[in-house]
Amino acid sequence: MPSRILPQPTPETQHFWDGCREGVLKLQRCGCCAHVYFPPRPFCPDCSSRDVEVFDASGKALLWSYVINHRPRPDMGSEPHSIAVVKLAEGPQMMTNIVECPQEPEFLVLDMPVEVVFAEQEGGISLPFFKPAEG
Amino acid sequence: MNPKSVAVVGAAETTQMGRIPDVSVIGLHADAALNAMADAGLSAKDIDGVACAGISPVELAHYMGITPTYADGTMVGGCSFMLHVRHAAAAISNGLCNTVLITHGESGRSRVGAAPFGRSPASLMGQFEMPFGVTSPPTMFTVPVLRYLKERGYTEEDLAWVAVIQREWAALNPRASMKDPITVDDVLNSPMIAWPFRLLMCCLVTDGGGALILTSADRAKDMPQRPVYILGTGESVETPMVSQMEDFTTSKAFRVSGKKAFTEAGISHSDVDHLMIYDAFAHLPLYGLEDLGFCERGEAAEFIRNRNTAIGGKLPLNTNGGGLSYMHSGMYGMYALQESVRQLRGTAEAQVDGAKISIAHGVGGMFAASGTIIMTNEK
Repeated sequence: MPSRILPQPTPETQHFWDGCREGVLKLQRCGCCAHVYFPPRPFCPDCSSRDVEVFDASGKALLWSYVINHRPRPDMGSEPHSIAVVKLAEGPQMMTNIVECPQEPEFLVLDMPVEVVFAEQEGGISLPFFKPAEG
Repeated sequence: MNPKSVAVVGAAETTQMGRIPDVSVIGLHADAALNAMADAGLSAKDIDGVACAGISPVELAHYMGITPTYADGTMVGGCSFMLHVRHAAAAISNGLCNTVLITHGESGRSRVGAAPFGRSPASLMGQFEMPFGVTSPPTMFTVPVLRYLKERGYTEEDLAWVAVIQREWAALNPRASMKDPITVDDVLNSPMIAWPFRLLMCCLVTDGGGALILTSADRAKDMPQRPVYILGTGESVETPMVSQMEDFTTSKAFRVSGKKAFTEAGISHSDVDHLMIYDAFAHLPLYGLEDLGFCERGEAAEFIRNRNTAIGGKLPLNTNGGGLSYMHSGMYGMYALQESVRQLRGTAEAQVDGAKISIAHGVGGMFAASGTIIMTNEK
């Protein structure tokens, strides 16, 4: 299997990928209007302020929508797998894979609570996946 | 642009359609351009504006032997040609040029002389979508749909009906790639691509191209074809990443573009005789009917199922068979525009009797962009 296609961080996104490697989901918040946003950028996409801060998100989310890809990319293995978007407790949406869960519609129910898990990859990258929340 | 001040005077598709292994991408642009010039009774010397997507307008101008005073390389995906029409109308109205050639050519299936797929792993999409296994549009454009179905109370069967009714239109079109009738069961039993999307809910992948020529309404009077006037136009963009759509149940780009075009045209929905909504996948006509305001949210599926968009219905939709059954080379918007022009010239294979106003509404990327062109054959 070819190695997985991985992100190449840029200066504007490095903090996010550093956070993933350290096991923390990092989001950004505007110091002016308090808007929380993703993906990373050094200014607020709501009010254009450059006064923004990075903070640790809860890692909690809801399963917002998904497909189950029956024709996986070569680096993704041979079994059907989810390509999902979760809605983070803090507001933003994020693409991910739902893991530790059968990849079937009966087990992937919209609005079910999920939580972040980090999976170490090559080259110092960890990817943020989500699994069904415990309890 | 003043409504009806600019007209489409040349319109044509490539000579062949479907599988064209002996023509390259730029060759498809040129074949369509030459057909459109012949249609308009013009040569390259008569054209002083160029627009295209996929290749650069520099490549197009040089290859065709055109010396333009206006070049538009807007590239926002499959609706780029709607934006080209809009920009060309504004440019002609403001004297930037007189006659604009807009071309599309794509070797989607045969990939002759085509650029490779791929995005930089440092782009936002490369960082925040690609690592999770997205491949081509069937795994991206479809991601919002389970949320949409849940919010609207629609089902897989509703998606299937879109494909079934468009195939009925395609059966009337000799150039359509897929003409055999299909049933809802056929769609729901076709191979799974990316749950909940099955093969027959996804567009074709073909080779082809098309070209349009626009000039002022004054010049159009003396040209061979019945002029098709630009009545209203709109465009917008939202996000390059489908995961970042503001609301998975409605396209902001559709709403903004559609509203702008309707306002400029000064028409109401009941004035529209014919409609094209770019259907890369079966959910797009549902979103389009709602976001353009033809249906209330939650009523589009029933509107289609009740045959309002079918042959004999009150709002004929995607009458060439659409991307699902006619053809889809990758950037289908050009073919939606071509069908609107044919309907208003009265030359369509599945002609809507007495059609006076047609809308071609396009999508670019995965809900990334949108363009809306409203046309009429009445001066």
